[in-house]
Amino acid sequence: MNQNASSVVVESLVKRFGDFTAVDHVSFETRRGEIFGFLGPNGAGKSTTIRMLCGLLQPTSGRAQVAGFDVARQPDAVRQRIGYMSQKFSLYNDLRVGENLRFFAGLYNVDSEVLSERIHWALEMAGLAGREAALTGTLASGWKQRLALGCAVLHRPPILFLDEPTSGVDPISRRQFWDLIHRMAAEGVTVFVTTHYMDEAEYCNRLALIHRGQLVALGTPTELKQRQMKGELLLVEAEPLARAIEVLSSAPGVLDAAVFGNALHLVVPQAAPAIPALRRYLEERGLRVARLEAIEPTLEDVFVSLTSGRAEPGPEGN
Amino acid sequence: MRWNRFAAMARKEVIQIRRDARSLLIVVAMPILMMLLFGHGVSLDIKHIPTYVLDREGSQQSQDLLKRFQASEYFEVVQAVESYAALVRAIDTGRCKLGIVVPHDFSRQLQAGRTTQVQALVDATDDNTANLIFSYTEAVVRSFSREVELDWLERRGQSQAPIPLTVDARIWFNENLESKAFIVPSVVAIVMAVIGAFLTALTIAREWERGTMEQLISTPVTPLEVMLGKLVPYFAIGLFDTALCTAIGVWWFKIPFRGHVSTLFAASVLFLVVVLGLGYLISVVAKTQLAASQAALVVTFLPAFLLSGFLFATEQMPAPIRAITHIVPARYFVTILKGVFLKGSTVATLGWEMFALAVFALVIGSLATRAFRKQLS
Ligand SMILES: Nc1ncnc2c1ncn2[C@@H]1O[C@H](COP(=O)(O)OP(=O)(O)O)[C@@H](O)[C@H]1O
Ligand SMILES: [Mg+2]
Repeated sequence: MNQNASSVVVESLVKRFGDFTAVDHVSFETRRGEIFGFLGPNGAGKSTTIRMLCGLLQPTSGRAQVAGFDVARQPDAVRQRIGYMSQKFSLYNDLRVGENLRFFAGLYNVDSEVLSERIHWALEMAGLAGREAALTGTLASGWKQRLALGCAVLHRPPILFLDEPTSGVDPISRRQFWDLIHRMAAEGVTVFVTTHYMDEAEYCNRLALIHRGQLVALGTPTELKQRQMKGELLLVEAEPLARAIEVLSSAPGVLDAAVFGNALHLVVPQAAPAIPALRRYLEERGLRVARLEAIEPTLEDVFVSLTSGRAEPGPEGN
Repeated sequence: MRWNRFAAMARKEVIQIRRDARSLLIVVAMPILMMLLFGHGVSLDIKHIPTYVLDREGSQQSQDLLKRFQASEYFEVVQAVESYAALVRAIDTGRCKLGIVVPHDFSRQLQAGRTTQVQALVDATDDNTANLIFSYTEAVVRSFSREVELDWLERRGQSQAPIPLTVDARIWFNENLESKAFIVPSVVAIVMAVIGAFLTALTIAREWERGTMEQLISTPVTPLEVMLGKLVPYFAIGLFDTALCTAIGVWWFKIPFRGHVSTLFAASVLFLVVVLGLGYLISVVAKTQLAASQAALVVTFLPAFLLSGFLFATEQMPAPIRAITHIVPARYFVTILKGVFLKGSTVATLGWEMFALAVFALVIGSLATRAFRKQLS
């Protein structure tokens, strides 16, 4: 397999809907066999990007090559070489499991000699062996998603695009789905996957953080957590919480404060000296401190830290 | 064009049609229903209306009038009664639908050159039937009245008097009371229009609406394969329904089939390309099933129903409307159908209509192959 066959190269890709810019000069490259995550909140522009990469939407400007072919000029060559799972479930609910598989095998022109073997493989993978005759609409969402994945890989594409494959699926099924993604990647398939679940992003080899159509950071989850934070992270549990955040936002040396569940995450230049200082600061103001300690940042912290300046549209919103 | 991809599309479409009760109903029940509705509706409902009469005079002239009802195939004079109460009872109990009362001074008034009235009691349980009965009654009475009038004028030496206006009793469909032979062959055109409008028009729109289109167009399938895969099953259904309607027409309604099956087949193929192509074009543009079915109703079904010569003879339409019928493909098909069934016309004698249909098929077919693009919005 040549270098291009399983790569995605994106240069300054833009998509505008009227005067709204949904994807704003996004550039990145993927490597063969990697799980490349596209992480961002709803409306960030993930689906729009993935649709352009699959040749379903014409880019406004910029360039994207998938498997060595330009998505705008050779969409059909691209479609031969990719598998795509759209965000909304889009198999035929009124077809049986086996009928959906055979339908997509036909559309991908799967050779008749390998057809039954491929379908068998897809059924095994989806955990649907023996349920070929079930109407697709009657399956639980976890199974539906795995069937959709099965349909998308019947022709063994070197590149797989998955748009929020696990949204609306229970945690156990999500875990199983990610195991499947890892199996594919281990076989050399490049997997491009979008998600808005921060915890899932940890399963990716590399991540692009996207916010309001712009790519704000790119790297492995570990790199992002180490490099992208402006300082070190503290976790604070204090009573009452509402007053704690008010007090801490204006406390000396606190760069950023955000609520995470029933605790606060603070960004400070250095954790060691800040812990006793902040404990004193809070207690002097009558707050009861239950916990105050340094923690490893999660991707969510990274995301909040990277986008806090961009959250409101305004002069610094760019 | 890959056979695998086309076959996969077609097979999927067939499975979906088979699992959809509504589609099945349109495929199998609709043609039968239409045939029975238009075949029987015309002749049975309005003939042999059970009629009671009350002749209060019993004169030669009053009997003359009542005999006219007896002679008409639309009325069946079941009984003469002696009292008004008996007449009312007969209507109430449903033994008759029409009661006619001739007044006791009927002939005397007429002889004197005065007008008189005949009373008609109509069972109005069913509005439509009542209207129909009433207009038939009126027609019989007026024609009688005209003769009496002419007779009276003649006796007074004015034989060259202007002929009074003729009364034209219009019935909703088949207004000239042509035999069912005239309407039944055309039902084939309506059945095809319905398939085009209510099945084909939804196929692409349904994929957009259910979200399955996005997955479909992410595969290497080509627009031509999508179109053929979707239309070929409906094409087969259309031919099947043509055969079904023809069989019902010939064996049930005893409509003559004087032409050749190959003429019917050729015309049906052309017309199917037109209606399926139109349905497909609408479906590609509409994107929702509701919009698609409404558009199909206006573009395919209504013209076939109203402007094809199926219900209303095109020759009797006002000139501007008659001009419009020239761009209604169903008009040509209806002419062909009537010709093939009733006159034994051949492809040669139907040359102009066949040519017109072929042009429509070519234009719409080639538009349809270009319409679908594998892109979102
Ligand atoms: N066809 C479209 N027309 C107009 N706006 C669109 C269209 N598709 C997406 N958008 C807008 O572009 C933005 C990005 O959408 P999307 O790519 O679906 O985000 P994500 O997948 O990250 O949730 C959203 O604000 C959405 O409303
Ligand atoms: Mg999305």
